[in-house]
Amino acid sequence: MKQYRVIGKSVPRKESWDKVSGRVKYIDDFQEVGTLHVKLLTSLYAHASIGKVDTDEAWKVPGVRMIVTGEDYPLLIGTTIKDRPLLAFDKVRYYGEPIAMVIADSEAIAIQAVSSIRVTYKVLPVVNSPVQAYQNDAPLVHEQVEQYQIDQDADGEGASGGIHPVPGTNIANRQGIRKGNIDRGFAQSDFIVEEIFSFNQSDHTAIETRCADVEIKKTGEVIIHSASQEPFEMKELISETFNIDEGKVQVHIPLVGGSFGAKTSVQLEPLAYVASKAVGGRRVRLRNSREEDIATSPVHIGLHAKVKMGCTKDGKLQAIKLHFLFDGGAYAERAIPVSKAAAYDCTGPYAIKNVWCDSLCMYTNHPYATDFRGFGRTEAAFGVERTIDIMANKLGMCPLEFRLKNAIQPGDTSPTQVLLNKSNLGDIRECLLQLKDLIDWDRGQRIDISDRIVRTKGISCAWKNGDPPPGVGAGAILTFNSDGSVNINSAAVEIGQGTKTVLTQMVAEKMKLSEDEVFIQMEVNTQMSPDNWETAASRTTFMSGNAVLRAVEDAIRQLKRTAAIILKVPVDELEVANKKVYKKTSPNISIDFSEIVYGFIFPDGKVAGTQVVGRGTYMIPGITDMDPVTGKGVQGPEWGVIAQAVEVEFDKRDNTFKLIRAVSVADAGTVLNYKGAETQVMGAMNMGLSFATREGFLYDDEGRVLTTQFRSYKVMHYGEQPEYIVRFIENPVKGAPFGSRGLGEHGIMGMPAAVANSLSLAANVSLQQLPLTPEFIWKTRLKAGEVY
Amino acid sequence: MLPFNFEYYRPSSINEAVELFEKLDQDGKKPIYLSGGTEITTLGRLNQIFTKAVIDVKGIPECNALDFKQNSVVVGAAHTLTQVWESKILPLLGEACVKIGDRTSRNQITLGGNLASQIIYREAVLPLLLSNSTFVVAGIDGIHQISVHKIFKEKLLLKRGEFLVQIKVNGKYRNKPFFIEKKRKSERVDYPLITIETLKIDRSIRLAISGLCAFPFRSYEMEKELNKTGISLEERIDKAVLRIPAPVISDIRGTSEYRIFVLRNTLLDALIDLEGVR
Amino acid sequence: MNDELTLDINGEQRVATVRMADTLLDVLREKLDLTGAKRGCENGDCGSCTVLADGLPVKSCMMLAVDAIGKKLTTIEGLHDDPMQHAFIEKWAFQCGYCTSGFILNARALVNQYPDATDEIMEEWLSSNICRCTSYQEIREAVKSVLKEQRFNVGRPRSRNKR
Ligand SMILES: Cc1cc2nc3c(=O)[nH]c(=O)nc-3n(C[C@H](O)[C@H](O)[C@H](O)COP(=O)(O)OP(=O)(O)OC[C@H]3O[C@@H](n4cnc5c(N)ncnc54)[C@H](O)[C@@H]3O)c2cc1C
Ligand code: FES
Ligand code: FES
Repeated sequence: MKQYRVIGKSVPRKESWDKVSGRVKYIDDFQEVGTLHVKLLTSLYAHASIGKVDTDEAWKVPGVRMIVTGEDYPLLIGTTIKDRPLLAFDKVRYYGEPIAMVIADSEAIAIQAVSSIRVTYKVLPVVNSPVQAYQNDAPLVHEQVEQYQIDQDADGEGASGGIHPVPGTNIANRQGIRKGNIDRGFAQSDFIVEEIFSFNQSDHTAIETRCADVEIKKTGEVIIHSASQEPFEMKELISETFNIDEGKVQVHIPLVGGSFGAKTSVQLEPLAYVASKAVGGRRVRLRNSREEDIATSPVHIGLHAKVKMGCTKDGKLQAIKLHFLFDGGAYAERAIPVSKAAAYDCTGPYAIKNVWCDSLCMYTNHPYATDFRGFGRTEAAFGVERTIDIMANKLGMCPLEFRLKNAIQPGDTSPTQVLLNKSNLGDIRECLLQLKDLIDWDRGQRIDISDRIVRTKGISCAWKNGDPPPGVGAGAILTFNSDGSVNINSAAVEIGQGTKTVLTQMVAEKMKLSEDEVFIQMEVNTQMSPDNWETAASRTTFMSGNAVLRAVEDAIRQLKRTAAIILKVPVDELEVANKKVYKKTSPNISIDFSEIVYGFIFPDGKVAGTQVVGRGTYMIPGITDMDPVTGKGVQGPEWGVIAQAVEVEFDKRDNTFKLIRAVSVADAGTVLNYKGAETQVMGAMNMGLSFATREGFLYDDEGRVLTTQFRSYKVMHYGEQPEYIVRFIENPVKGAPFGSRGLGEHGIMGMPAAVANSLSLAANVSLQQLPLTPEFIWKTRLKAGEVY
Repeated sequence: MLPFNFEYYRPSSINEAVELFEKLDQDGKKPIYLSGGTEITTLGRLNQIFTKAVIDVKGIPECNALDFKQNSVVVGAAHTLTQVWESKILPLLGEACVKIGDRTSRNQITLGGNLASQIIYREAVLPLLLSNSTFVVAGIDGIHQISVHKIFKEKLLLKRGEFLVQIKVNGKYRNKPFFIEKKRKSERVDYPLITIETLKIDRSIRLAISGLCAFPFRSYEMEKELNKTGISLEERIDKAVLRIPAPVISDIRGTSEYRIFVLRNTLLDALIDLEGVR
Repeated sequence: MNDELTLDINGEQRVATVRMADTLLDVLREKLDLTGAKRGCENGDCGSCTVLADGLPVKSCMMLAVDAIGKKLTTIEGLHDDPMQHAFIEKWAFQCGYCTSGFILNARALVNQYPDATDEIMEEWLSSNICRCTSYQEIREAVKSVLKEQRFNVGRPRSRNKR
């Protein structure tokens, strides 16, 4: 394995001190005097036609500057199907949907005015689950999908391959996978299991709620400040929706207080644009309360999955048939790409010749969904990996052996029919073997501690390719300071994942500098930075990293060219290190960067070189469109893999449990920043356990979300986490920066299944629904006659 | 951010407080007493509480009393839950307080605020019901000492303009064996599924519960069944469960069946603990 | 009704014109430009607004600003080179950083009050805050490392941030 100087080292985040001293500024921390505040009036019903919106009382509140209702702006937007009104006009389709907004001198005034707007509703029957949505006689969330515009070349993650709503139904899209011959696959199987799995929608709950500021200048320039992962998409969307020259839209993104996919959707910015426009272009701020961030803004998708699996008696998987009904909520938005991506990698990292999957994105009267860490894989893996355990159990095989036996290898093909090799596929076998040791698998999967208490271990595997649509890329610019240190300008957004720091490490490595001599701009400004595809899909490091590396090459080329003239040494005999260009064979023939980065002037006035500006751009090669029926195509550059285990301690009387240990072994390709990678994976594991054991919306019979505060929507607190252990193996990817694989999402993907597998063993029943609350376990055992 | 504004008063005596209330009420300001302020800020933000004037009781010396004199424990209503717990003046009460909310919130939530809360749990009342405490209440017509059983029926029954000054508990309860358990849905910081507190006096057990029904209560009927002799623990619990005084709630934290399941197990633990059997 | 009030923050007397209904969090952020305390829920649930009042952590979103008069307040801006800040960096106890001010202040108060804090006490205190990015294990290591360092330093003068 290659040895690096800076790559792999646990270089602390560049913005560390700002973050521990309260100096870092997130969007809500910038206060511009004179900013007006916007508050949304949101729907009290999940499905209702809107009668009158009476704003008379609201207008009487002193300090109200403007009130905008859906009628004023009957505009439909969306990044896939343009089905979503900016503000609801004819009808509302989910509880919490924006209907009107008040723009006022202060937030307090705006809230007061909003609460005095009266709306008359006529309540309509609700579609309260994806299964209900799929019934023939279900009410329709959208009566006339066929009339909507569709953005067929949407360039969000997972959007490629077209969008195909089915008129007269609640199906927003259907993505198929057809590989091999599914009937033959089952015919060759000795054992077949078929099971159903489900979970409700849930929420990302980044601690920073979404917030956007917009102002429109006299010149027509639109200045947006936002907590978003997608500055460039936002620029395009605003320009296109409101018919503004794209050059006039400027998006600024400061550091973002967590996202997990939440901040990929563009929702508040167009609203704030309209609000600003309504008050003559003044700067306005629209900030979500926690309640709005959970119910009004896009959420984590829900799923109802049917999994059928066939296997020979010696444990070789023959066929898998999957039917996914995703709860995409009221609007298509990015729920469609998520449901498509779930199909692409639907099997998990197993070699299965016959694969059939229909992944349907269903419209329901629930909040609409967007990206969530894992992007469809976390969701699909829950059902598939539970079924693997059920199958292993049926065969009487050890679930780890069973996974090893079916682990996907170079030479196999993906469900999307891509031929796999050592580079585009991580080594899941090796991950499993290391996992086995780390979790003491051989000491037994189930150990009785006492009459009441039992300890069990459950495992799961997962894999993920990124799903950038064809043609996306990134750019980077390097400039130098007069002391020879380097500045990076890259539009990758820092959402806490540490990308910015990793980019500085890459530059330091390549230019043989200390990491302290490389600086990076933390904020993103679309007018100043080269275009960067969204900060998503675990592809930021891949794309931005490649762009930065090319910028480094470009800069080095320029430096050497200048140095060659001054030192009178041919370019190819020169090398750079420690802010110097020197002759390889006699290093004392050298010149400092500081003397040449702005060009060099000889005593006679002649110049050598000019200011050094490194330029690098990158576009991922080889990505193709995905076939909507068969799913054939290349969805991304490589599959990262992970094997995970969870150990729990279960109380058979109370049906409560403690999380004891959670282990992950991931193929990192190359670890770029050890602590950074480890803590990313650990954080994702924790989020996965939180999701699997306590999260999930509860709706009332009318489809209203009941869990809109941390008081009711419970996430993991300090002290409930198990001990986390993370290890990496390193099988480099060709074409990736230093061979690294995507990592930011992988830690979450197998956790729900691993903990469900562990608890199913402990409780002696098959748990097929999330969250795994003690009450749910108790009820399942009650039904199975395990308890009375 | 509270959408409305109010006037703020911090009287330094009981008299001043009640008189202020009278006056502000006459002025149509819908005054309310304020203690920790955590409920007013969080519910006010959502327009679920409204007032034009708040009267902070924390400056009133009696509300900050904390002593054990003449065999009587006195705890001022303005003490935070953390202070009540840390004082160790009445473990029966302290242990109930320390199960409410989270540690930082307990540095702000006060005993009086919890007892007068709109939220249905009011867990701090459980030990006060068990110990037949006395509530000291001030109103325009003076200061009254009222038995908990008279003034706390499902909730704190104060007349308009009255506020809770302190609670008094007979010193004998400082070292009687008790058992308290708060069971939550899954999180360590949450409202209760159920919280039960039991106290053993001589040979009989007293029982108070929060979270099971729409209000906290002490049940003599349930106690009677639990105190029967000559039958098994499980039978006593079965009988007690039949005597739950009001419908068992079903909500986002748990269904009524599950609450009863949890109640049975917790009662069993309580009996085993207090009776030292098994 | 707007009033002027004086608060003792980070050792300075700060004057602000406020509404009586303003929370301490509103005033810190909007009137005094101390934006280190964050709004994560404004409902007392997440702890990202935590500050210290007389050395004890409080959630500033559910404390009225007037109620803070006469208390010695410490916000994250009042910590300088504190061992807890160092420990959070060293142990990677944050990612996005949004919960960090609250966690650091809570932890700072904890180690001051309980130099011998057990795991249990740590859990009791630190479960008042939510972090969505880390696994909490990093935070636990950070706080433990300060406890350990502090124990090692007994006898020597205590940290300069001792209240
Ligand atoms: C994060 C959090 C978690 C919580 N968890 C729990 C829990 O697990 N269990 C539980 O039982 N409760 C819980 N609560 C509720 C909490 O106990 C109540 O909100 C309590 O009312 C807050 O007390 P306070 O002193 O801050 O009240 P305040 O906001 O000051 O007042 C609350 C109410 O009581 C009245 N009041 C206050 N003092 C007096 C007095 N002396 N005399 C008469 N009336 C008075 C006020 O007028 C007001 O109506 C939680 C609250 C929060 C914020
Ligand atoms: S903002 Fe105060 S606790 Fe969340
Ligand atoms: S670091 Fe992001 S919430 Fe804690």
